[in-house]
Amino acid sequence: MVSVYITGVGMTKIDKHWDTTVSELASEALRIALNEAGMESVDAVFVGNMLSGIVNSQENLASLVVSYAGLYGTPAFKVEAACASGAAAIASAFISLKSGMFKDVAVVGVEKMSDETSVEGITRALATAADSEYELYHGVSFTALNALIMQRYSYEFNVKPEDYGLWSIQMHKNATMNPYAQLRFEITMEKYLSSQWISKPIRFMDCSPVGDGAAALILSSKKPKDSPIEIAGVGMATDKFQSFLREDLLTLAAAKIAAKRAYNMANIRPEDIDMVEVHDAFTIMGVLSLEALGLAERGEGIELLKNGDIKPDGTIPTNLAGGLKARGHPVGATGVYQVAELSLQLRGTPVGVKLDNPNIGVALNLGGLASNCYVTVLKGE
Amino acid sequence: MSVPKYWRIIPHYYRLEGTICKNCGYKTPLIRKICPNCGSDDVERVRLPREGEVYSYTVVYSPPEGFERHNPYVIGLIKLKDGTKILGQIVDVDPEEVKIGLKVRMTFRRISVDGKSGIIQYGYKFKPVK
Ligand SMILES: [Zn+2]
Repeated sequence: MVSVYITGVGMTKIDKHWDTTVSELASEALRIALNEAGMESVDAVFVGNMLSGIVNSQENLASLVVSYAGLYGTPAFKVEAACASGAAAIASAFISLKSGMFKDVAVVGVEKMSDETSVEGITRALATAADSEYELYHGVSFTALNALIMQRYSYEFNVKPEDYGLWSIQMHKNATMNPYAQLRFEITMEKYLSSQWISKPIRFMDCSPVGDGAAALILSSKKPKDSPIEIAGVGMATDKFQSFLREDLLTLAAAKIAAKRAYNMANIRPEDIDMVEVHDAFTIMGVLSLEALGLAERGEGIELLKNGDIKPDGTIPTNLAGGLKARGHPVGATGVYQVAELSLQLRGTPVGVKLDNPNIGVALNLGGLASNCYVTVLKGE
Repeated sequence: MSVPKYWRIIPHYYRLEGTICKNCGYKTPLIRKICPNCGSDDVERVRLPREGEVYSYTVVYSPPEGFERHNPYVIGLIKLKDGTKILGQIVDVDPEEVKIGLKVRMTFRRISVDGKSGIIQYGYKFKPVK
């Protein structure tokens, strides 16, 4: 059976890159990863991206990225699964290596959001992750769908605003140590509580920021000599697409199934995990992600925040590089940033807080309202 | 929204029609030819009840393009009397008065206007039962 290793990692700082195109940004991360792996070419490139058609008026993106990176001739795919496009690209690359057809491939996740300069415009673009006919029709934003979940969660489990605030505060703190993070400053509970409503009960400080970024990985079926990082498990699943069809609005059912599949493939249990990177596009999604990964029961994810378990020195260190909240969330790139951060942590050269000899890291990337979910398990030596 | 796209879904927007599956009994507000639950094509159009209660809600302060003039407005996840859930705006009410469990009824309203030359879109919203 073929095993899959991460042999190169490349990231750009998440920011507003006004003077760079979407393809150029992707090629930058790709070149860094290639250099790091000591390679000049790969058998294929998998590009994870959500919005290039809407925001950058550019499709056929994968081929253009290859041209910017000086890799003419290389087979190239764009993989789209809304906010989980990055992890979907990793999963596709993983499958291509497992099949034996390719030996070395590159994955690059990229999003260039700042080409859309109006707030309403980017809000509308992001909302296309939901159902345009049955959800967006009513004036629902993507934030509003998450707000419906947060309202209900708070109601059923009696959660206070300051409980959610703990998440944002911790993410900002973690991001201060990550040079690639978009928001490298700390916030206070006062600042959290006084931030404006976006879609009540979601405040500005519950939301991940809008930014540009690209992250890349070189994956290989040849085991590297030094510090091999293995992708030991990949799990995916889809859920009923629309918010209103969910039997339980408060369970990320697809993420739960994806986690089970990835854990089975990697032969691990939730107790074995040393650190996680979860999809906190909004604080409520961070909480529900922890529950979906089997780290807390339904309604008890919030206790992990209150007990300090998610801190770097807690029982389940979470989003050590700042998470979507503060590292940033260039949508199609996020899933690749997550895996890049975990693999650097496993190598012992993290971009954020350093853990003491971690061995197993898990990333959860959610697409849409968790209608398309990907879990990736990494193992160090 | 493009005219053909809007036109296709008018039975749902105007009359709150959905689909019921004769194989598994699954009822959904979506207009579908195949049951999303079991895959059967033995499905029928069905009219959904007009009354229900608020299951969850949000007050939108940062609307997507096309909805700026309603800002702020309330979006509800409504549980209809038959248990089917559906999204819609909640109107004719102070946003502060909306609570989980509030009883609401369908009302026919203008939803949005597509710029100067686009179509005016109509459909259902919900208002409190007095
Ligand atoms: Zn059926």
